Amino acid sequence: MTASLVDFDDVVERYDPMLGLEVHVELNTNTKMFCGCPTGFGAEPNTQVCPTCLGLPGSLPVVNRAAVESAMRIGLALNCSIAPWGRFARKNYFYPDMPKNFQTSQYDEPIAVDGWLDVTLDDGEIFRVEIERAHMEEDTGKSLHVGGATGRIHGAEYSLLDYNRAGVPLIEIVTKMIPGTRERAPEVARAYVTALRDLIKSLGVSDVRMDQGSMRCDVNLSLSPRGSGILGTRSETKNVNSLRSVERAVRYEMCRHAAVLDAGEKIVQETRHFQEDTATTRSGRVKETSEDYRYFPEPDLVPIAPSAEWVEELRGTLPELPWARRARLQAEWGLSDEELRDLVNAGALDLIEATVAAGAPAGEARSWWVAYLAQQANAREVTLDALPITPAQVARVIALVAGGELNNKLARQVVDGVLAGEGEPDAVVEARGLKVVSDDGALIAAVDEALAAQPDVAQKIRDGKVAAAGAIVGAVMKATKGQADAKRVRELIIERCG
Amino acid sequence: MSDLTRLTAADLAAKIHSREVSAVEVAQAHLDRIAAVDGGVHAFLHVASDAALASAALVDDSIAAGTAPASPLAGVPLALKDVFTTADMPTTAGSRILEGWRPPYDATVTARLRAAGVTILGKTNMDEFAMGSSTEYSAYGVTRNPWDPSRVPGGSGGGSAAALAAFEAPLAIGTDTGGSIRQPAAFTGTVGVKPTYGGVSRYGLIACASSLDQGGPCARTVLDAALLHEVIGGHDPLDSTSIDSPVPSVVAAARQGADGDLSGLRVGVVRELGGEGYQPGVQASFDAALRQLEKLGAEVVEVSCPHFEYGLAAYYLILPSEVSSNLARFDAMRYGLRVDEGASAEAVMAATREAGFGPEVKRRIILGTYALSSGYYDAYYGQAQKVRTLISRDFAAAFAQADVLVSPATPTTAFPIGDKVDDPLAMYLNDLATIPTNLAGTAAMSVPSGLSDGLPVGLQIMAPALGEAVMYRVAAAYESTREPLVAPEVSA
Ligand SMILES: [Zn+2]
Repeated sequence: MTASLVDFDDVVERYDPMLGLEVHVELNTNTKMFCGCPTGFGAEPNTQVCPTCLGLPGSLPVVNRAAVESAMRIGLALNCSIAPWGRFARKNYFYPDMPKNFQTSQYDEPIAVDGWLDVTLDDGEIFRVEIERAHMEEDTGKSLHVGGATGRIHGAEYSLLDYNRAGVPLIEIVTKMIPGTRERAPEVARAYVTALRDLIKSLGVSDVRMDQGSMRCDVNLSLSPRGSGILGTRSETKNVNSLRSVERAVRYEMCRHAAVLDAGEKIVQETRHFQEDTATTRSGRVKETSEDYRYFPEPDLVPIAPSAEWVEELRGTLPELPWARRARLQAEWGLSDEELRDLVNAGALDLIEATVAAGAPAGEARSWWVAYLAQQANAREVTLDALPITPAQVARVIALVAGGELNNKLARQVVDGVLAGEGEPDAVVEARGLKVVSDDGALIAAVDEALAAQPDVAQKIRDGKVAAAGAIVGAVMKATKGQADAKRVRELIIERCG
Repeated sequence: MSDLTRLTAADLAAKIHSREVSAVEVAQAHLDRIAAVDGGVHAFLHVASDAALASAALVDDSIAAGTAPASPLAGVPLALKDVFTTADMPTTAGSRILEGWRPPYDATVTARLRAAGVTILGKTNMDEFAMGSSTEYSAYGVTRNPWDPSRVPGGSGGGSAAALAAFEAPLAIGTDTGGSIRQPAAFTGTVGVKPTYGGVSRYGLIACASSLDQGGPCARTVLDAALLHEVIGGHDPLDSTSIDSPVPSVVAAARQGADGDLSGLRVGVVRELGGEGYQPGVQASFDAALRQLEKLGAEVVEVSCPHFEYGLAAYYLILPSEVSSNLARFDAMRYGLRVDEGASAEAVMAATREAGFGPEVKRRIILGTYALSSGYYDAYYGQAQKVRTLISRDFAAAFAQADVLVSPATPTTAFPIGDKVDDPLAMYLNDLATIPTNLAGTAAMSVPSGLSDGLPVGLQIMAPALGEAVMYRVAAAYESTREPLVAPEVSA
């Protein structure tokens, strides 16, 4: 096959990418889609199963109402219409991790259709992604291939099957083909998946953990010669399991497609798998014949027909959606677009909002999280929200500064103490003896000493050049090891020179 | 032969509940009867003697303690079609692929029978996965018709019907996908009821065709069938297609019908179900039944259901389509037969299905796989669903003119073993008169209407959805005018 890839800049020079994204989201309902089994992650294999999710002869499915509600709320949040009537269908194919050898899925009658999601690109531009559909289906079990080198089924000595995941409710969200992304296709793909993740998280209907598989992304991509409008053959890349991988998979497939097309070959319509380690994709199993899933309406279930009242009731339960919240916080905190974007990118929005909620002024809260705490997170190579300090603790430190009990330098030491696991801010102040010195007697002595040591400066102050007091303040602070209240020191200097 | 096995379920229940006989004695009498004659009939695939006696003993204990019986049928023995799961007995659906499988759970019907104190004697033979009209497609050998052991008892529920006719059980459970309760009832001179779709839970009923399958009661009398109907019927939250409304009062209707007065009732004769293709003896028995119904005061009218002629074709598209999907789960990965040939999961699946399924099941899986294929779906499955709608409309129009509809239950009487086993189309024609009811989801039953050349004939009575009460009333009235049919003694 094609040996070398085409350089990305060259690709966008000569081709238009057409992007499509299919995202599977595992709902966090207590029970499975069609039975009463629990859905918790990480249980012993085959302990969360029953006749229905094992597909035992005679068993029947019953739709989980909570899953339907979650699906409808996702649809509403994506500005979709909710279908007033719809059936499940059976998607028939044989695979050992699928107990019935068919998957029950909404096929041509999805619960939500025709919506959109506005996503914010890195430079602040808003890009609207059109949503084709969101539909419900059940997850499969998991296969573990033992022996052989690759963990793949080929070459394995034997395979183990775990059906705990079989029947866990999934929502599949499918975009319409996204045109006009050009060189930003990889970025749009990442931004879309990010926005979708944040949206679903705000709805509270899924953990949306890509690392645990509760959110999974397939990337569909095709190229057409620039401006030709001719739709190319697409590839479908599965196993794209991080935000960064989404971006890299799109980029790689663009370069690969261009190389194939440049060589005068045809793109094979196929399923490919993303390789995390090399950031490349490899061809999935080659199918001798095209897959025919023989869909037909699931006769064991009755149609889902949500009433208009139910839909409106659910619309009323939608929380403030992420973009609305951002717009509100931007206004409340008086941020520029750029400042807001920095906060979002730093993952600081929730933390700052929580710090404000704990009583801190927005400006102080923001400066702590984006400056000193961001440095600490960087140094530890963790994300901001992984720092061992809570917004409430940050708010307490801010309050201590405002109350004059700490100055900024001491406050940073208190934060260091909290990060080091020394307890609450007040306990750190106590244990480390970090209180501002506010005993005027001790301070007056220090001020007099400093004035005596720098008589020329003292003279300037006496001459009314108050700005010169800074040098004396610095000397006093040094002498008191930073524990003095700088404001009080300045007052005393003016007094003593008066 | 013990007299106890000749009694109706209602009479047995009365004697047990008044402590005239014990449930254990009744169970033992039937187990003895099975031991004596089932070698010649082969109605049972599994006899659960110990469990049956233990269950009967519990009923006796509770009656002795003065507790009211758990149901009007507490202590009465029953033969359960081997398509319902039973946690304490193997469940095979007549297939090699499930040989020896012990389900970890009871079907809802099984659970309701147990809760009602009914004594489950064992599991009865059937065509594999309920596909067939003779039990010749059972992987475990044919069941013989007690009226003539060289003939089939009908199918798929031939085991349940034969058990009744041979006095091995006074009650049985069947399932009816296209006539699998009614056709065996007709062939054996017994009563078989296909309830309204959704009237009896399908949870734990191993699916043939989900949109057509319906469990129902089998008995030797209309009242016994009604008593059993009320035990097994009613809403089940485990079956989404189960109807959430009370079971029709069929026992009261059967008692009312036994008075023999049908004045004011209109009985519709379906023009399309009779005449050509129906044996003269069957037609004659049907005509006599009509005269009898008129004598009881019913008004006989003729109705037309023009789309019934497409019923068989539509049925043989819908049924195989659903079968091809429902039976995909038998793949050796989790339960049942496993043929360990080949190096891949796919190879093991293929080898197992090749060895585990019989010819009729394979035929229908192939038909259904084809009918659902992309490019063919609209022409086959889609068209068949439209026919289904038209047949429902035919029924609606007919029920506007008549309270119940009637027809011969089957075109012929029981045919000789081996006669049609190599001619699938001839076999399928058996269900000509019974299939429309399954397609429409309505109710129907077969009651004995006499003999033709020494073989039983069945009268089919059809009712609208949830219209079982009027159906039982007509059946009981008709039954009251006739002597019961008693099969000749079977040799073991
Ligand atoms: Zn389950």
